[in-house]
Amino acid sequence: MIIELPLLILLVVTAGGAIMVKDLISAVFILGSYSFVLALVWASLGAVDVAFVEAVVGAGLATVFFLLTLFGTTEKDTHIRRPPVPWSALLGLPVLGLLLLYGAGDLPAFGDITSAASIYISPEYLENSVEQTRTPNVVTSVLMDYRSFDTFIETIVIFTAGIACALILRKGGS
Amino acid sequence: MIRPHDSAIVRTLGHIVIPIAQLFGIYVLVFGQHGPGGGFVGGVIIAASMILAILIFGIDSPDSVLARKILHGDGLGLLIFAGVGGLCLIGGGQFLNYSYLQIPSLDEASQHYVGILLTQIGVAVDVAVTGVSIAVSLSFDENEIPNDEVSNV
Repeated sequence: MIIELPLLILLVVTAGGAIMVKDLISAVFILGSYSFVLALVWASLGAVDVAFVEAVVGAGLATVFFLLTLFGTTEKDTHIRRPPVPWSALLGLPVLGLLLLYGAGDLPAFGDITSAASIYISPEYLENSVEQTRTPNVVTSVLMDYRSFDTFIETIVIFTAGIACALILRKGGS
Repeated sequence: MIRPHDSAIVRTLGHIVIPIAQLFGIYVLVFGQHGPGGGFVGGVIIAASMILAILIFGIDSPDSVLARKILHGDGLGLLIFAGVGGLCLIGGGQFLNYSYLQIPSLDEASQHYVGILLTQIGVAVDVAVTGVSIAVSLSFDENEIPNDEVSNV
């Protein structure tokens, strides 16, 4: 628990820095470090699979994609001028944040075994995964067996993303 | 189009790092049922190693032949995933219900194990191909004629 507060502060700092900085290549690398800090937060919460994906995709692949895109354009954010913040946003966003904080008071505590998420169907997966699928990692057995339909559609989404990128960007010589 | 990198340090390190990254990706993919990881992460690591090969040696180099070949495999991973589901249908069950995979001399739990492993390989192939494909698309230069079209003329 003691390690999470510095990590969360780092998260806010890197997220703000990625927006504020003018040099877009620096922004990409700050975004990568944001993903890395987020992966550390997931790992400290015990969600190692999510941390793995965040570190590999957020800090690795997404950074490369951003950089490849930047090399096709310009690196400096010269044309975008940010307009002054409207007073409605200055007033509305703190109110929204206070409402969210107020709502967060009703959330169950971390790791609460009587919360709705822990009593409905999770125990069945946890108890039967090894017996039914010989898979000790319950995350994998839920993703690939109990909920394999969702994963199938996700795979279709990834495939569609690749096809769409190829169709839009790989136009033959004009 | 990405030009090959001319630094000897980068090229030498690439020859060392890329095979290790690919081996680690396959390890994460196969070991996903016993530890953190799985098809998605393994596929992304394999894709990252191939993108590294493209970035260091260039797309036309013999060192990145795997990345060039894998571009023809678009949709193969989806076919593997849907094929496992289709095998379950043929076995008399529901789509992606691995109890009906009908592999001889395996009990039901082991059939689930094999089904999970096969679909994970499908996801990994799909993610790896898509990652390399998006990287190649992003670095596509429309003023440059690809080699295939030159040889066809």
